[in-house]
Amino acid sequence: MMNLFENTGTLHLALLFSSALFCLGLVAALARSNTILVLLGVELMLNAANINFIVFARHSAAVTAGGGAMTGVLFALFSIAVAAAEAAVGLALIIALHRHRRGIRLQDANELKG
Amino acid sequence: MPDLSLLTFLAIALATLGACAAAVTRRNIIHSALLLVAGWAGIAACYLWAGAEFVAFAQILVYVGAVSMVVLFAVLLTRLGPGDTAPAPGAFRRAAAALLAGGACLGALAGAILTSPLGLPAAAARAPAATGAAAAADAAAAAAGAPAAVAAAAEPAIRVREIGLALMEPAGAAALLVTGVLLTVALIGAIVIASNDRRGADNSGEEAAS
Repeated sequence: MMNLFENTGTLHLALLFSSALFCLGLVAALARSNTILVLLGVELMLNAANINFIVFARHSAAVTAGGGAMTGVLFALFSIAVAAAEAAVGLALIIALHRHRRGIRLQDANELKG
Repeated sequence: MPDLSLLTFLAIALATLGACAAAVTRRNIIHSALLLVAGWAGIAACYLWAGAEFVAFAQILVYVGAVSMVVLFAVLLTRLGPGDTAPAPGAFRRAAAALLAGGACLGALAGAILTSPLGLPAAAARAPAATGAAAAADAAAAAAGAPAAVAAAAEPAIRVREIGLALMEPAGAAALLVTGVLLTVALIGAIVIASNDRRGADNSGEEAAS
């Protein structure tokens, strides 16, 4: 156990933090039946992936003295842009679903189900 | 003695995880959305801690500012009666299965992270990183490199100028244009999907009636 914590740096802690956030988002997306909360769970998972980008950018900047930090930052920026587009389209779909079915429970949206 | 940077990160991480866990378990969806906004702000603080200021402010602008407003408007537009918050019939079983899946995922990820030797290069490169950052930093960072702020000076701050230059390279400019087209198409598509199409609404009403 001591050996386990001896080489546990901030990178490990940050990765554990993002893993915990990802699993919280997974639980939210799987457990809740409200479509908005499912979408927010997916957003939380995307944010956890972004944290990984930033943390690895910081780590790579520390190792290579600022060499590979830009890639992670650019990936995180584009990921935020795509996540914003996804949120807009998802919430528009939720509003359309509410208009058609008078509710946003995920179990009611089964018209395309085989 | 743990250094200040580690304690800061632990405080940010615990606050963010607490806000997100409370958001997942709350039954009132407005409370959930507001707690998730707090969690997004905590994630932005985590970016600030990691030295990526531009991404942190983009996170605050996009998530805490824009996406939260869109989510709150969606919540208000899809509001139902008081029976809306009643639990579904199989909710407990699904929650238990989701907790099992999430716990298994977390266990697998944590085991993989803790057994991988990721931290060793960072620990070995801590001293070169300080010198490299000091060599690459400008006068302001050098002035901040007082002995009391060694940890802050060792942070490899990525400046906005470098991000802009990287985005103006051919590959970065192409990615920027594609992202702009994607955002335009996605937002126009969102308007089309959510707009009140009178004819389509009538058709669906007839189908539901027949």
